[in-house]
Amino acid sequence: MSKERKMTLTIPREEYMSPGHLACQGCGASLAMRLALKGLGQRTIVCIPACCWAVIDGPFPHSSLDIPIYHCAFETAASSASGVRAGLDMVGDTETTVLAWAGDGGTFDIGLQALSGAAERNDDIIYTCYDNEAYMNTGIQRSSATPIGAWTTTTPVKHYKKERKKDIIGIMAAHGIPYIATASVAYPEDMVKKFKKAREIKGTRFIHVFAPCPAGWKSRPEDTVKLARLAVQSGYFPLYEIEDGERWTLNLKVKERKPIAEYLKLQGRFRHLKEDEIALIQQEVDARWARILKNCGL
Amino acid sequence: MKKVIMGNHALSYGAMLSRAQVIAAYPITPQTQVVELLSEMCADGTLNAKFIKVESEHSAMAACLGASLAGARTFTATSAQGLALMHEMLHWAAGGRMPVVMGNINRAMAPGWSIWTDQNDSLSERDTGWIQFYCSSNQEVLDTVIQAFKVSEKLMIPSMIILDAFALSHTYEVVEIPEQARVDQFLPPFNPPWRLTPDDPHAFGGLTSPDHYMELRFKLQKDMEKVPALVEETGKEYEKLFGRYLGQVEEYLCADAELVFVTSGTAGYTARVAVDELRQKGIKAGNLRIKLFRPFPFERVRAILSRVPKVAVLDRNISYGHHGIFYQEVKSALYGQPSSPLVFGFIAGLGGRDITRDSFQEIADYTLRKNKAEEEIVWIGVKK
Repeated sequence: MSKERKMTLTIPREEYMSPGHLACQGCGASLAMRLALKGLGQRTIVCIPACCWAVIDGPFPHSSLDIPIYHCAFETAASSASGVRAGLDMVGDTETTVLAWAGDGGTFDIGLQALSGAAERNDDIIYTCYDNEAYMNTGIQRSSATPIGAWTTTTPVKHYKKERKKDIIGIMAAHGIPYIATASVAYPEDMVKKFKKAREIKGTRFIHVFAPCPAGWKSRPEDTVKLARLAVQSGYFPLYEIEDGERWTLNLKVKERKPIAEYLKLQGRFRHLKEDEIALIQQEVDARWARILKNCGL
Repeated sequence: MKKVIMGNHALSYGAMLSRAQVIAAYPITPQTQVVELLSEMCADGTLNAKFIKVESEHSAMAACLGASLAGARTFTATSAQGLALMHEMLHWAAGGRMPVVMGNINRAMAPGWSIWTDQNDSLSERDTGWIQFYCSSNQEVLDTVIQAFKVSEKLMIPSMIILDAFALSHTYEVVEIPEQARVDQFLPPFNPPWRLTPDDPHAFGGLTSPDHYMELRFKLQKDMEKVPALVEETGKEYEKLFGRYLGQVEEYLCADAELVFVTSGTAGYTARVAVDELRQKGIKAGNLRIKLFRPFPFERVRAILSRVPKVAVLDRNISYGHHGIFYQEVKSALYGQPSSPLVFGFIAGLGGRDITRDSFQEIADYTLRKNKAEEEIVWIGVKK
């Protein structure tokens, strides 16, 4: 109990995100930004490509963030951030943190090449993917981050997504970059701590944030944190870190994982799934969980 | 100091003397020597710059734009397919008012694969909001890079310096390399009116409603309209320091001409030789080489061509289903003018086919023989 209280106090009081932004009710992505900036502080420049956050920030001439924003092209979150870093270095600002902040479409799909390029060069940026598991800003089309079994407008119920979610962490780990972490809006202490830690590391850092989307997942806005927590507690989205592509650390050891069905049943996008299909998803979650435990030496 | 250098290295020296701070580039034939030399210059400290070796041209331009917005002077170079891949980011550069300077080596677009020159790559980017300079000598390439940074940064509009593949990019010429101190006198450090900094946080390029978007484009056009005068002004300033004038067009023996070729790039150089030969035969020919293509130098073109009876526009490009692109532009500049010449359009040299003195002889014969252009496009040297 006393440990819990201490963890709560680790979240800085400073706010770098103002109310009045354009996020939907229950938006996980807006919560993610608020927490990330608490970890990074005001000396941060963010590059935001086409994604929900291109809109959440507010239309010209408004901005809901107290840090500079470069709204960049869809596939350029990483390359823009690399350029900003180089430009800042050349004008004598080596202190400001450069953050690329992209959705899953901009990371898993259209921006993957530029991200791989930046990671291979080990450019000094923090790349964050806030993952709501589909193209939500354009109206819920499937991405390669959409999980197997999910409905989207381009994977209708009669032909729901049959392919597995792309293993973005595996891809990033293969680059051997200094820091990779997963984070969840349901675990703010852990998330803020990871952004603080990332800020102090040089080179390419990649943080994968799980960000539920009530509009796209057909879930209740008040269930956003609950869903994010269930994703962690079921082992669907474990919280872990990988340093230098090799040293894996599980941050939250879930002793008794919740069944994936508990997580799925709160979301309309999985409503069509039959028991045998849910069982297959459970098997897949179990296998991935086992792999991660093994990598973490557990 | 005089050096014998290739056109590509003229671009590198131009960027070095301009003290480019960030270079992001991806290799493509025939551009590679531009970035190879810059890479060496960065490595040995001749140039204090960050060189980002990106994984594509799209990322090259994206990285340049990030660096530019952070307040750094930024340079890159590409060609053909690379330029086409950058297309989205070219709009981003001009729309976001980021004054990047880029060399583009004119190379024909695939398929079929071609590494040889024509202008369809750069002319396909005509409407992206970039200033475009077409050069005809290595000296002009080097000088124009320096001038372009000055023009671009004053108006916050990016510039493209264009040279023909091989005919210029790989051709060695004697080039006067200006002294660094005098270049510094001409070109002060980049000090943009706005930049990305936590000291004064702003959002750049966000969602822009119909209430605001049009004004941003109106302002871009209004500033684009200031380019011709600024090119004249900076060209004269450059001449005072270095003895070489850099204008919008190069006029050669047009004053008394009965026939004027309108040319660009290295063909404009060949045209001057052809003009001399025609004049020896008693034909009063002249040449108007268009250097500044965007914005189009309306006033200079009108002033020179309105007193000429016949004009032959040579295009090393084509807008399929229409005409050669310079031909379209010249006709649009002359439309409705009180005295307009007869204008003929010729297409030659696509995909690196040579444009020779004989090509101009053929063009002159056709133009002098006809009293109107009987064909919309006259093809020179094509196997029909």
